[in-house]
Amino acid sequence: MKILVTVKEVAEAADDFEIDGTDIGEQYLEYDLNEWDDYAVEAAVQLSEAYDDVETVSVTIGPERSEETIRMALAKGVDRAVRVWDDDVAAAELDVAAKTRLLSAVIAEEEPDLVLTGVQAADDGFGATGVSLADDIGFDWAAVVNHLETEDDLSTAHVHRELEGGIEELTDVDLPAVLTIQTGLNEPRYASLRGIRAAQSKEIAEYGLDDLGLDADAVASPISRTAMYEPETESDATYFDGSAEEQAAQLADVLRNKGVVSE
Amino acid sequence: MSDVLAVADHRRGAVRDVSVEMVRAGRELAADLGGDLHLAVIAGDTDALAETLSLDGVDAIHTVEAGAEFNHDLYAGATAALFEELSPTALLMPNSVNGLDYAPAVANRLDLPLVADAVGLAYDGGLEATREMYASKVATTVELSEEPFAVTVRGGEWAAVEERADVPVEAFDYEFDESASGARVQGFEEVGAGDVDIADADFLVSVGRGIEEEENLELIEELVEATGATMSSSRPIVDNGWLPKNRQVGQSGKQVTPDVYLAIGISGAVQHVAGMKGAETIIAINTDPNAPIFDIADYGIVGDLFDVVPALIEQFE
Ligand SMILES: Cc1cc2nc3c(=O)[nH]c(=O)nc-3n(C[C@H](O)[C@H](O)[C@H](O)COP(=O)(O)OP(=O)(O)OC[C@H]3O[C@@H](n4cnc5c(N)ncnc54)[C@H](O)[C@@H]3O)c2cc1C
Repeated sequence: MKILVTVKEVAEAADDFEIDGTDIGEQYLEYDLNEWDDYAVEAAVQLSEAYDDVETVSVTIGPERSEETIRMALAKGVDRAVRVWDDDVAAAELDVAAKTRLLSAVIAEEEPDLVLTGVQAADDGFGATGVSLADDIGFDWAAVVNHLETEDDLSTAHVHRELEGGIEELTDVDLPAVLTIQTGLNEPRYASLRGIRAAQSKEIAEYGLDDLGLDADAVASPISRTAMYEPETESDATYFDGSAEEQAAQLADVLRNKGVVSE
Repeated sequence: MSDVLAVADHRRGAVRDVSVEMVRAGRELAADLGGDLHLAVIAGDTDALAETLSLDGVDAIHTVEAGAEFNHDLYAGATAALFEELSPTALLMPNSVNGLDYAPAVANRLDLPLVADAVGLAYDGGLEATREMYASKVATTVELSEEPFAVTVRGGEWAAVEERADVPVEAFDYEFDESASGARVQGFEEVGAGDVDIADADFLVSVGRGIEEEENLELIEELVEATGATMSSSRPIVDNGWLPKNRQVGQSGKQVTPDVYLAIGISGAVQHVAGMKGAETIIAINTDPNAPIFDIADYGIVGDLFDVVPALIEQFE
């Protein structure tokens, strides 16, 4: 069996930042493996440990810098990785459809039995690629999975979908499938030193549009970001000033006045 | 005609809030487009649901009778079929957990560009949508150069439409064979019951990822003890197994309405805020002056919880 797990390097904004055009200035961004993908990677590695003959492959769409992030997945036990990028991809504003076309092409090459993705990417928060991809490649799917068990013959996955308000939906999904993984599904491991060293020698294959049998049209998108701004705060919050002790004293007064603490 | 088709969300017989909010988003968009607002009601007791959704601004309701509850193959198939029948310019779906499970499939199937999790919509010869990025620290506008298009709308961003109207309801024929669906819903489970119900508490001290380590929770416990508060948390604390699920506030956790909600080291992600914005007084302690939690806070301390919380404990000892 082959499990493909999509991973994305996401950007996080520093506490203090400035906007430069339609994005946050590069110097204020820090990069990390997307939180949701970390759980997807763990799920893939756990399955590969539970069954014989499972190959795990990470796929990312991202520039060379993102190899650092993909190595995290490799260090945690993923067998090898694929990175999709070239000048046309770099120049494009990738929307869900474009990402779907790229990942579909990788899947046509790799022919996995199970695809795991994160529910959403922490930076742009679209939350759509996994299900779009499933529909595109004709796999079954389940979104927002926070519990996963597989039949021994790997014909079916028994999943819980975490709905709103503390309710979970219990669903059976036929494999092959795409599952979008919610945080809390498992406990993502830390990469061990040995894992980190082993990851250095694992393969990260680089695919451009040509290699995937696609042309620049595949990444053309009708959606473009035209502005970014700091939302005007609707806050009329009263801020406490001074030292931590002074702030705490003012806060304590408020708590007493509200009557939630006595004394 | 440039119509809008919106797909309602419901569960266990009840229309979900996002649906009546989507009616407002939909009727505003339909007005900009100069067309009608159509609503789709798929599965469940469609007559009763359509009755609830007979709201001002809705021009037609299309019901699809098939199955008792949500099934994504049904929703994706019926929505796509209805879309082809009506040829609207805009397709609106909720950015709910079920929306996440079928909307992207519909967009892919119909080859529509998708804007997910919109918090604002305007149309002036083309769609301009507002979205947030980087954990809600910034807002963005995106423009679409193609029609028709699909949008999923965030709950809580549009005011619910409450005025009733007499909306024509029409049954839409869509054949669905549930047994052929590759995903079969087996049932539902309530999670998060436990010793305490944080929804009952008057004073919640809520802790988030800013606490960094499990050992540091002791500090919050001390505060809880000194003030007689009840402890709750954001999701990562529960994901890490540091607190049980019944302490989680938010979209997938508990909805709480205490007199005072003290958020410590919590950024205020939309899914967290969904569970606590009804608190009477919200107080936030956070090192990041741009943390979205301050947008809804009544009182704020921009500061390090490891300095402020010990000082606060001292106030009550
Ligand atoms: C479908 C779905 C459902 C979800 N449901 C929920 C839900 O029910 N509840 C929920 O909470 N989340 C939910 N989430 C997750 C949500 O998107 C956020 O990831 C989560 O709320 C973040 O928690 P946090 O604020 O504790 O952590 P972070 O966002 O990491 O914020 C930590 C904050 O602590 C501050 N901080 C750091 N150090 C200090 C310090 N020393 N002193 C003071 N402040 C400090 C930082 O500035 C930051 O603002 C859901 C997500 C999805 C996709």
